[in-house]
Amino acid sequence: MIKDITIGQYLPGDSFIHKLDPRVKILLAFLYIILIFLINNFYGYLVVIAFTLLVVMLAKIPIKYLFNGIKGVIWLIIFTAVLNATLTPGKVIFKLFNLIPFTDKGIDLALFMSMRLILLIVGTSVLTLTTSPISLTDGIERLLNPFKKIGVPAHELAMMMTIALRFIPTLLDETDKIMKAQMARGADFDSGGIIKKAKNLIPVLVPLFISAFRRADELALAMEARCYRGGENRTRMKQLKTDKRDYIAIAAFIAFSIICIISRRWR
Amino acid sequence: MPVKVENLTYVYMPNTPFEKKALDNINLEIKDGEFVGLIGHTGSGKSTLIQQLNGLLKPTFGKVYIDDISITDKGISLKSIRQKVGIVFQYPEHQLFEETVYKDIAFGPTNLGLTNEEIEKRVKRAMDFVGLDYETYKDRSPFELSGGQKRRVAIAGVLAMEPKVLILDEPTAGLDPKGRDEVLKQIKRMHKEYKMTIIMVTHSMDEVAQLADRLIVLDKGKIVIEGSPREVFNQIDTLEKIGLSVPQVKYLAKKLKEKGFNINEDIITLEEAKREILRLFKERKI
Repeated sequence: MIKDITIGQYLPGDSFIHKLDPRVKILLAFLYIILIFLINNFYGYLVVIAFTLLVVMLAKIPIKYLFNGIKGVIWLIIFTAVLNATLTPGKVIFKLFNLIPFTDKGIDLALFMSMRLILLIVGTSVLTLTTSPISLTDGIERLLNPFKKIGVPAHELAMMMTIALRFIPTLLDETDKIMKAQMARGADFDSGGIIKKAKNLIPVLVPLFISAFRRADELALAMEARCYRGGENRTRMKQLKTDKRDYIAIAAFIAFSIICIISRRWR
Repeated sequence: MPVKVENLTYVYMPNTPFEKKALDNINLEIKDGEFVGLIGHTGSGKSTLIQQLNGLLKPTFGKVYIDDISITDKGISLKSIRQKVGIVFQYPEHQLFEETVYKDIAFGPTNLGLTNEEIEKRVKRAMDFVGLDYETYKDRSPFELSGGQKRRVAIAGVLAMEPKVLILDEPTAGLDPKGRDEVLKQIKRMHKEYKMTIIMVTHSMDEVAQLADRLIVLDKGKIVIEGSPREVFNQIDTLEKIGLSVPQVKYLAKKLKEKGFNINEDIITLEEAKREILRLFKERKI
């Protein structure tokens, strides 16, 4: 149940995409998201889907992982699609139960939005699946560095993210343990309405919070004990550097972006 | 026969690259009122095995019987099984969540749907079991107690379900000597005075040597040795090969024997060691 969450998971490998500089990958993923929302017709989406599949194949990610990522938010996608289809003003095409109107513009918008959400998830999944959390935060820190002058705590933000990511599996494990302990005391997490279900979670959430705070405290002490002083004058063992591979990726992405922008005119 | 395990095999995450056989064809019977020690190296399958006994994990193959009822059959209420078989997990104080000791211990009985009077009776009894005074502690927050007291509250939370079989997973891990002695004393009392069937998972050979009637040694998901503590601890070589040890007094006896003392090597507890050494002293004087 808890083990099904794939968002933020890393899949070790040594493909072309894996080896890219994390800074390049983050920037390109960011631009990719903007592009998804710039597209305004189905031909454009065909281009994006083709490009995305190409990247997925290059990264050698099993399609199963991507499906799992989408499965996790499928209800959100359906919910948005239904709201878009029914609440957008336009010509009414049919009425469900003679009550809920589906409009032509609404259905168009619903299809666009679901496509955007799915592509968004797949695109960002490719980023997290091919980049280890450590290099991901490393990349974010370096990208934020120029903003340090205007007071953005780049190093601290990156450190917080690293720690948060590091604790996801630990806390999932802990949740599993606490749930089992409470089940052994007769707790029941599966039955009842939504309010009862939420209430049933209190015996899990309270111990979970307490343990999270305890762990945070212990970690802070352990970092202090090793003289952690924040980002000032900190050197690193692995320097990030861009090479030929990254320039190829950037060039390919620029070509893709140009096609995307041109595609706005295909109607 | 309260607990019976037949040809139990359990595979973790089957059909994935992480597939692992955690338990391999386990057969096991535990009698009423028996005290069984379950020992094994980390990852030997001890924790997986005890979770099978109250339906928290389901066997991949094989059967588990509690009071001659197969607990994996359809239509068996797991709640009633969990009421019969109580598990106190490792570091049970991490599961405390209520504002008062009373409410926390009452969590189990409340889930069983008992009346308020019955719940109060059970909480009182459970607190008495673990040696916490009802009036002094019932309104205190469990989070302001000492480590040993917290653990006893957590154990009382399981005892309040009034199980026939009590399973304890390393009940003394992480406690200071005083807390450890307190907890062990209460476990001993539950077994002796209340005739509870107890299964205790532990890393401490000295603890099981003192308490258990029978030991079961697990390695890589299989039972490798089974028998009385005295029989099991005589197989020093097998135990050491799988990363375990024997009680410290056993090593002492071996050393003394090597030095030429005529000591009985069959001792396993401190009490027996004391007797043997005093006997040796007396013999020397004569």
